[in-house]
Amino acid sequence: MTPPDPTPPELSPRDWESQPPYLHPPYQSSIARAPRHALVPLKASLGELTQPVYGHDSVAEIDHDLTRNALKNGVPIGERIIVTGRVLDDAGRPVRDTLVEIWQANAAGRYVHRTDQHDAPLDPNFLGAGRTLTDSQGRYRFVTIKPGAYPWGNHPNAWRPNHIHFSLFGSHFASRLVTQMYFPGDPLLDLDPIYQCTPQGIRERLVADFSLDHTQPGTALGFVFDIVLRGARATPMAGRP
Amino acid sequence: MSHAGQTPSQTVGPFFAYGLVPQQYGYELSSLFGAVLARPDTPGLAIRLIGQVFDGNDDAIGDALIEIRQADSQGAYPASPADVQATGFSGFGRCGTGTLAGHAYEFRSVKPGITTDGQAPHIDMIVSMRGLLSHVFTRVYFSDETAANARDPVLDSVAPERRPTLIAQRIDEAGGVTYRFDIRMQGDLETVFFDV
Repeated sequence: MTPPDPTPPELSPRDWESQPPYLHPPYQSSIARAPRHALVPLKASLGELTQPVYGHDSVAEIDHDLTRNALKNGVPIGERIIVTGRVLDDAGRPVRDTLVEIWQANAAGRYVHRTDQHDAPLDPNFLGAGRTLTDSQGRYRFVTIKPGAYPWGNHPNAWRPNHIHFSLFGSHFASRLVTQMYFPGDPLLDLDPIYQCTPQGIRERLVADFSLDHTQPGTALGFVFDIVLRGARATPMAGRP
Repeated sequence: MSHAGQTPSQTVGPFFAYGLVPQQYGYELSSLFGAVLARPDTPGLAIRLIGQVFDGNDDAIGDALIEIRQADSQGAYPASPADVQATGFSGFGRCGTGTLAGHAYEFRSVKPGITTDGQAPHIDMIVSMRGLLSHVFTRVYFSDETAANARDPVLDSVAPERRPTLIAQRIDEAGGVTYRFDIRMQGDLETVFFDV
């Protein structure tokens, strides 16, 4: 066993002002699932302060390119896009070498998932799942197809805005984040109870920027989505090198 | 969109399986993490950890994602792929509740030891699902660790009447040792969830 760091860092607290509430009645599914008791404070210790181990060879290079990672008999239909950004902690430091996983609907707004019954076509050449590791600057980059909007049963004529699901751990089990990235200018954002559950002035962090700099000429539009996770507090440690 | 504030959580939604646990659900993508955390030769007591997740109507939830992280039988966390390779113990697993009968989850692992910082044997658990805008975090303790549990500072911080929601119940069967840990999102027996 590699000896554990004897002095694991303290984490900055979860900023609950930036987080949606558990219970948000306009989002119907929260009503029977949101916990009703207040959370009990727990001081993070070794298990929460270290991150799950994964072999870097288990993430293949092609896994970041959803336009190529599930080809069967052609190429996926839809608008090719590049989604890139940095994973930072809340002190602005890059989170290096960390796993970023995404999943999304296809261009028609249909998920591969078997329980998605939306009457829109599947794309035989598009799975909609990808993953990558951030580089030494905390950067990640995916190539994918712009996901379509789709209807859902939350309320009459409810439609989810275009979005991509993101999953990250960061450097600590306790910095786990599952979120969704949205696209700028989407008129459905104002009508979506999942997006709207997060306070105004905060939820805009979930909307990517269009970027001509990251647009690949002749190939794909570029979008930038930076992600900020809880990070280690800077604490002076006596006797540390 | 440059900013320093933490990115808000959003629900994992109902359709995460082909991205996060693809092999369990039969999709054509390898899983980075599965529900088996140990090899047969991994030191320690082999265990199954099973359970269900119930909503406020007492219905078992079939679209939850359970993630666990735990120490090995000596109370240490694997810190590198070399550690994992040496002992076969990964310390982290994922299981969705959409493939087993009764919307159960099931992990195979070894029972964790008292951690190197002296906490009672426990498994950290993160639960995500449609309807949860942020994941919840809880801990699994063991019913046959009465003495260690009584000294555990985290259990001690929980109101005594709610502590039983954090204790997995041991079941000894011919096939081995199973611990059962159900998660209740609401109701009189709502599981204790932590702000870590």
